[in-house]
Amino acid sequence: MRSSWQGRDIISIRDFSREEIEMVLQAAGRAHPDPDALRGQVMASLFFEPSTRTQLSFASAMERLGGKVIGFSSGKTTSQAKGETLQDTIRMAEGYADLIVIRHPLEGSARLAADTASVPVINAGDGTHQHPTQTLLDLYAIKQFQGHLDNLKIGLVGDLKYGRTVHSLATALTRFHGIELRLISPASLPMPPAVLRELGGLVDYREQEALDLSGLDVVYVTRIQKERFPDVEEYEKVKGAYVIDRAACRALGPEAIILHPLPRVGEIAREVDSLPQAKYFQQAQGGIPVRMALLQLLLKGELA
Amino acid sequence: MSQELKVSRIRQGTVIDHIRPGMALTVLRILGIGAAVSHSVVVAMNVPSGALAHKDIVKVENQVLDEETLKKIAIIAPHATVNIIEDFEITAKHHISLPRALRGIIKCPNRNCISNQDHERVSSFFICEREEPIEFRCHYCEALVQAEQAELYA
Ligand SMILES: Nc1ncnc2c1ncn2[C@@H]1O[C@H](COP(=O)(O)OP(=O)(O)OP(=O)(O)O)[C@@H](O)[C@H]1O
Ligand SMILES: [Mg+2]
Ligand SMILES: [Zn+2]
Repeated sequence: MRSSWQGRDIISIRDFSREEIEMVLQAAGRAHPDPDALRGQVMASLFFEPSTRTQLSFASAMERLGGKVIGFSSGKTTSQAKGETLQDTIRMAEGYADLIVIRHPLEGSARLAADTASVPVINAGDGTHQHPTQTLLDLYAIKQFQGHLDNLKIGLVGDLKYGRTVHSLATALTRFHGIELRLISPASLPMPPAVLRELGGLVDYREQEALDLSGLDVVYVTRIQKERFPDVEEYEKVKGAYVIDRAACRALGPEAIILHPLPRVGEIAREVDSLPQAKYFQQAQGGIPVRMALLQLLLKGELA
Repeated sequence: MSQELKVSRIRQGTVIDHIRPGMALTVLRILGIGAAVSHSVVVAMNVPSGALAHKDIVKVENQVLDEETLKKIAIIAPHATVNIIEDFEITAKHHISLPRALRGIIKCPNRNCISNQDHERVSSFFICEREEPIEFRCHYCEALVQAEQAELYA
């Protein structure tokens, strides 16, 4: 276990085998605050674009393990504004830290950072491309509440075209057996062909427009963003059709779970929050153990 | 000797043989050959080729292909043969093969890719993902590109 994780980068969920995903989730299940675990280690938190939630979650995970956090949280305040290349910023940061967490608006930026840095790099979101720790915490939630990651009926609901989290989650699910995916989206926001091709032969999927949740074990809801529509009218029409309310949830069994990467806007009605199936807030809490596990794996090769 | 050979002999240059039918024009584009050429260029399209059905051939006089150009040709014509001609004779024959990785050759179709930002000074980097049809994946943003549709750097 030691050698394969220490110093590794976490850039794309595509880099993960089933065994590696399981190892991270298992480590997350054992992760606990320990002020000695990463004492003396420094994490550089380079947020070229703001993301309060992810940034705080990483910082909290590091602090709970006794490590220190340095960094910034907007590209405008940094040397980037002065025209410094990303690679130069990374070369500077690797001199100050033992590990780099990066959020950047350009796709592929995290991979470039990882190629440049000699210390491990974690991608905390590169444009619309990947946010692998989000996917790992999504899987952690599914495992936590369903007990397993094989033989599940999973519905992905909302904007499947631009939603980064659903693409990564779908890719990750190809590593498991007996997955049935119900891809529920407006006709104008379908799962991209490149992702569907990856699913081919590995995951049994079906695309549909109707919001039918019957028989699902997991409902994963994403936001439909106004910017994605050419006209407001079309957006209003579509938006209303993909709201998870109590009525829609009647199709769900008692063991089913509803997840959402958060923040939610209107796509899950507040009346759903008190249903036993609503797990999105607990899902978000999983971000801490998942990130505590990764930080230790990358910095020490194993959990304390 | 076939009729084709007789009518299109060149003294010195390069013959790119066994190009997949239909790809000769793309090869010309990669060679930078347009309407205004100063030397002879012979293009044969969809000519019979033994057991392997048909092929395209491009013959360029006085032009020696550099490594970069050969790689570009390999992307769209991975089974091509490059014959070097000197004084009407073939002096060297190279079987080119599909490169596993390409740096600075394919332009990433994703405008928001880090490799498309001039000020970042990062060359594009693509890894071959599959061979039928030929497809490359951006090392950075993981976008997929079909070789035949790929935009190549000049
Ligand atoms: N002087 C020349 N000018 C133009 N084309 C030439 C010349 N000499 C050979 N060629 C062409 O180069 C190609 C390769 O010629 P070669 O004699 O090696 O044929 P081959 O034995 O069939 O080779 P291969 O095994 O590569 O198919 C043929 O298309 C031939 O017409
Ligand atoms: Mg021949
Ligand atoms: Zn790219």
